[in-house]
Amino acid sequence: MAALLEVEGLKAYYGQTQALHGVTFALQPGGITTLLGANGAGKTTTLRAICNMVHTQGAIRFAGQRIDGLATEEIVRCGVGHVPEGRGTFTNLSVDENLRVASYTRSDKAAIERDREMVYEYFPILKARLDQQAGTLSGGEQQMLAISRALMLGPRLMLLDEPSFGLAPLIVQEIFRIMRRINGEAKVSMLLVEQNAALALELADNAYVLETGRIVMSGKAQDVKSNEAIRKSYLGY
Amino acid sequence: MEQLLQQVASGLANGAIYACLALALVMIFVSTDHINFAQGELSMFSAYLVWQLMQWGMNFWVALPIVALFSFLIGVMVERVILRPLHGAPVLSIVVVFIGLLAIFHSLAGAIWGHTIKEFPSPFPNIAFAGSGYIGPHQIGMILVTLLLLATLFAFFRFTPLGLAMRAAAQNPASARLAGIRVDWMLALGWGLAAAIGAVAGSLVAPAVYLEPNMMASILLYGFAGALVGGIASPGGAVAGGFIVGVLENLIAYFGNLLERSTGVYVIGNGEKLTVALIIVITVLTLKPSGLFGHVTVRRV
Repeated sequence: MAALLEVEGLKAYYGQTQALHGVTFALQPGGITTLLGANGAGKTTTLRAICNMVHTQGAIRFAGQRIDGLATEEIVRCGVGHVPEGRGTFTNLSVDENLRVASYTRSDKAAIERDREMVYEYFPILKARLDQQAGTLSGGEQQMLAISRALMLGPRLMLLDEPSFGLAPLIVQEIFRIMRRINGEAKVSMLLVEQNAALALELADNAYVLETGRIVMSGKAQDVKSNEAIRKSYLGY
Repeated sequence: MEQLLQQVASGLANGAIYACLALALVMIFVSTDHINFAQGELSMFSAYLVWQLMQWGMNFWVALPIVALFSFLIGVMVERVILRPLHGAPVLSIVVVFIGLLAIFHSLAGAIWGHTIKEFPSPFPNIAFAGSGYIGPHQIGMILVTLLLLATLFAFFRFTPLGLAMRAAAQNPASARLAGIRVDWMLALGWGLAAAIGAVAGSLVAPAVYLEPNMMASILLYGFAGALVGGIASPGGAVAGGFIVGVLENLIAYFGNLLERSTGVYVIGNGEKLTVALIIVITVLTLKPSGLFGHVTVRRV
């Protein structure tokens, strides 16, 4: 099976500082892959690099097409939904407007309407808050909105940057449960970056572990989870 | 009393123009954080274009949309060709570019049409109507056209997908890109809209101040004052601010005259109107930098 996303020798720079030193990995379509690692290992940078939000070198292929060097908005239009760190909500716009902005690039009205219904089904609370300013939502609701926004793009791949950040464990559980459903029902592949390794390994099918800008191990999430040496040395639990 | 109403009415008429200019300034400011000092000269240039078309026999109401569209294209071009390469440049470089644009359009107008004052006929019929003792037909027309323009813009930003995309791009460019919005083009569109609004403002005010390359200099200052009073980051506030400044300058002059008549002491009058505008600017910047309707932007560092 052809990989949905292939990253080859990816390097990324913040000014003079190099944050990724040749990261290589591939994502098969369908599953959830998690990218783990300590603070500053380059998890967020990897996601940002895929969407050309940092200065990068190396090859990135999405569904067989080279996307490195394309502008962020063009990569997104290829079908990459990025749920950024900090959620990236348009705080002054209403929930409804946030969702409408997300489907701005699409013209298939019927499908947009279907996706709207799907979002309401996953996150009924958003339907109740449609006219509310997004900035007034709770943290959990904002994360739901962020995932919904990515979903409204009609993506084939979702990049999720620490969806659990700053949320109560119960809310995180709910959100992760829905992410699993979205993955299965809406056929959206996911690349999940998480600080909370235990949680991420529970959800994911495959895992990569990053350390100081390099992939140091990869495998089935099951195997990583059961390998005590890896857990202790890289994941800290 | 009658005189007071007159002053308020003509203040609203002037305020309409200030509101347009303030809105044009805000339009560019919200998406780029830049104050377009060349806004006034662009409006002046557009007013000349309308005048030229009218000299060639075209009706004002035909000429205005054509020129507004043309100004829109000029605005888009300025952003794409001149400002795009300066993306990420220090703010002073941008200011220099704006001053350069100001000088270019100013001397271009002078070179093409000369520096002598030209009369610009009012596009509104000169008829008597109820209340025409308080306000002239051109002033009424100015207010109505401005309100129509503002309502159209409001509807555009509120109800169309493109307007929504422009708001999103202005508010959070990074997230807008992640929604697939071509943010660079949204900036260019904002510039185009600002130039088109300026064209309408310039053409409406030209009959009142006469046509000459310097006509917008003080008006831009009033527009600037309006934008600051209302909040430079708030479109609705800028419009309100424009009207407030327009009425305020007239009222202050009116009460100054009243004071002089009753006490014989001259404190303030028509001659100090521009001073009043500048005092308003300084006061607002000192006491409430975000403006009456603005909100403080908190930046995470």
